[in-house]
Amino acid sequence: MTISNSIQITPELVAAHGLKPDEYQRILDLIGREPSFTELGIFSAMWNEHCSYKSSKKWLRTLPTKGPRVIQGPGENAGVVDIDDGDCVVFKMESHNHPSYIEPYQGAATGVGGILRDVFTMGARPIAAMNALRFGAPDHPKTKHLVAGVVAGVGGYGNSFGVPTVGGEVEFDERYNGNILVNAFAAGIARTDGIFYSKAEGVGLPVVYLGAKTGRDGVGGATMASAEFDESIEEKRPTVQVGDPFTEKCLLEACLELMQTGAVIAIQDMGAAGLTCSAVEMGAKGDLGIELNLDLVPVREERMTAYEMMLSESQERMLMVLRPEKEEEAKAIFVKWGLDFAIVGKTTDDLRFRILHQGEEVANLPIKDLGDQAPEYDRPWIKSNGRAPLPAEKVPAPENYGEALLKLVGSPNESSRRWVYEQYDTLIQGNSLQRPGGDAGVVRVETHPTKALAFSSDVTPRYVEADPIEGGKQAVAECWRNITATGAEPLAATDNLNFGNPEKPEIMGQFVGAIQGIGEACKALDFPIVSGNVSLYNETNGVAILPTPTIAGVGLLPDWSKMARIGSAKDGDVLIMIGTDGSHLGSSIYLRDIVGSTDGPAPAVDLAAERRNGDFVRTAIRNGQVTACHDISSGGLAVALAEMVMASGKGAKIKLGECKGQPHAILFGEDQARYVIAVPADLANFVRANAEGATVPFRTLGTVGGNALVIDDLLNVSRDNLTKAHEEWFPTFMA
Amino acid sequence: MKSAVVQLPGLNRDRDMIAALTKISGKAPVTVWQTETEIPDVDLIVIPGGFSYGDYLRCGAIAARMPVMQAIREKAEKGVKVLGVCNGFQILVEAGMLPGALMRNTSLKFVCKEVKLEVVNADTDFTRAYEQGQIIRCPVAHHDGNYFVDDETLKGIQGNGQIVFRYADGTNPNGSLLDIAGVVNQAGNVLGMMPHPENLIEAAHGGSDGRGIFASALDVIAA
Repeated sequence: MTISNSIQITPELVAAHGLKPDEYQRILDLIGREPSFTELGIFSAMWNEHCSYKSSKKWLRTLPTKGPRVIQGPGENAGVVDIDDGDCVVFKMESHNHPSYIEPYQGAATGVGGILRDVFTMGARPIAAMNALRFGAPDHPKTKHLVAGVVAGVGGYGNSFGVPTVGGEVEFDERYNGNILVNAFAAGIARTDGIFYSKAEGVGLPVVYLGAKTGRDGVGGATMASAEFDESIEEKRPTVQVGDPFTEKCLLEACLELMQTGAVIAIQDMGAAGLTCSAVEMGAKGDLGIELNLDLVPVREERMTAYEMMLSESQERMLMVLRPEKEEEAKAIFVKWGLDFAIVGKTTDDLRFRILHQGEEVANLPIKDLGDQAPEYDRPWIKSNGRAPLPAEKVPAPENYGEALLKLVGSPNESSRRWVYEQYDTLIQGNSLQRPGGDAGVVRVETHPTKALAFSSDVTPRYVEADPIEGGKQAVAECWRNITATGAEPLAATDNLNFGNPEKPEIMGQFVGAIQGIGEACKALDFPIVSGNVSLYNETNGVAILPTPTIAGVGLLPDWSKMARIGSAKDGDVLIMIGTDGSHLGSSIYLRDIVGSTDGPAPAVDLAAERRNGDFVRTAIRNGQVTACHDISSGGLAVALAEMVMASGKGAKIKLGECKGQPHAILFGEDQARYVIAVPADLANFVRANAEGATVPFRTLGTVGGNALVIDDLLNVSRDNLTKAHEEWFPTFMA
Repeated sequence: MKSAVVQLPGLNRDRDMIAALTKISGKAPVTVWQTETEIPDVDLIVIPGGFSYGDYLRCGAIAARMPVMQAIREKAEKGVKVLGVCNGFQILVEAGMLPGALMRNTSLKFVCKEVKLEVVNADTDFTRAYEQGQIIRCPVAHHDGNYFVDDETLKGIQGNGQIVFRYADGTNPNGSLLDIAGVVNQAGNVLGMMPHPENLIEAAHGGSDGRGIFASALDVIAA
């Protein structure tokens, strides 16, 4: 069934393309006539939310994106940050939420594939991956199927491609029942003089198609990603792309070889909206027109229309502008790796985007307007209602502290994720220094004797729901803390902002608030945002997800022999808490999972305290004064201590007698800017004196030893029982 | 002692293997591409892990039928040592250079974790650096490591001491028959193993139990 390029454009056809009547009128005004069918498809792809960021651009511009180490901020395929010695780290995070709900294996797999391409298209071999996954309630009928499919898809693609997965998150909440989140992160290392950009340069130069052949998969995917779901969701299955990691591995090697030859003037991967988006962006950035002849595009289906070829989201493809005298050398590399290499067009000086097919011109559009003139909205928003304070005295204490702790460490959200990460190759490339299960993944920089990079992905959606500004700050702060807890210096971050329908003022208000908080925290912590992705319309039948602005950060360890882990405490070490006593139970997991309420404000984030406390901890680690370190987050001090006990296999005897305040708040309060460090006994006084000198609040907790976590006479839980509860939940759930 | 690492489209632990051989022997190995029909003069040929040819048809099925495989077979017949790790093991089995078959893990899932291996035969060219019966740590990362061999062949390889490694202490990650993790050919110069010793050879890896295999094969000191 072929749709004619000159089909009558009806309001229904416009709506089916995700364009509003006023957006369609804008098209008519821009080009002065009705669009062809292919042109309608091109506009719908370039102007949908996923590609144009029309609802978010205005706010994204307020984020801090610069810094002394930032080589490339947002606007390219990925961000680029200097890590000294002529090296740089290239990284980004992207969402594949809607496709993963429809077809979990391929949705997740192609999410990983897409983010890997964004990194290696810039000249960096990917060296680490993470993924932040959010699923519905465990007892929702689709959850197990989605978990199994997504984890298999992430592993299936990443393991085959050959990148180690070193971190991530898995969270369950009923608010994701109709919309799961799959946020995929990748980072690679390149030389700072070996970065490749997407801006086309030079008139009359060949535009070359690289990689796999084009099929009909994913046609209209970007438009699907910009829409809410309803009952007709099954029909959307053909819009999900299908990935082939073997082809992508070959494409990686071919591209890296190609980049050594001087043949590449500009290069971009084909992701959302495939050939359309990559060609338009490359031309528009370089103030050049692009002319494409679709008869030259390698296809794997017969009788594909121009519309299908322009919108196909077939995977594992790149587009580049070629230095013409290098054509033979370049082509030979792709023949060697069994991939297509086809000159499909050229750059022009007329700023038009011209598509030719079977002797006809099927599209002729102003190239800058497709990008620059996409609608930009200042959507109305209302500030989220604040929550009334919830003092700890008003929160019931547990009947049995030990049972409460066991319930938390064995809960769906705090239990071990071993079932997930043992399906990921966490070792390949031979440089993984810390794998999933700690505060941050750490990967050695193999070209340097001592450097390593630390990676973490964080957000606490229940805090963002309670208070978008504070929740936005907290996502950045927790990411920064997790990196700091290994001894690394946080350098920069990428964001993946997942929200509901921005046309609803209260959802837009969540987005605006979160951006404000993220911006404040990034500025205060010198932790700029260098890349990112926005995913909106995560709603089903009008119910939105929890606002989930994921922050993934990268830190630098100049000398990984001075690195801290969660589980390396020794018998006799002194345990010291850095930061203030727990007091805040609002929006805590104690309140949600033990008491059964999601009430109360988010904990306040004091950015100056985060900085001061974190810098102190990092210095102590680098000075060799710390045997183990763990930041305190969900579940407060008690869960942090339990996690250290389980990781080390050694118990702890904790005395909190002197603390003033409610015991359950001290143990489970989720106050921010806190860490637990284990310090050799003979260094304890020295470390405490340093903390006093730096006006860093601290409390001596106790000592490492025995095989139980003992806290005064409040709780006494054996390491074995903690471990059993912790490891049991996930495999039992998925059995 | 010189070594060579085979490179096929889709193999992805070649760089890990090249790094391990370089660090342990002090010499970088030469690399051999899929289309080569002659292999240079080396003492050890290594087929590393990964997903050669996308695991299409069966793991290792296409690799086993590439021209370079015939060159490897000829070298093996001359007594050159050949080590196949993970996909390399699958390729050697598909090529008929080792007995048995490697099926999907019984869990049906990919698994990456550390296991314990028993050195069942420390008298081979690949295991002399270990003690007989020694238990070592080693990581695995595979989806299709479930080794199987029929009863008659099993009797043969048991009798000949061809079982070289077994998963120990209940750590079998894939359900393989008799916990078999690695086997050698009758002549003793071709070893296939599912675990990845190249990922446990230095402090950064958290241990160096894997060094012995390379040290034995290259006649260098293990430590």
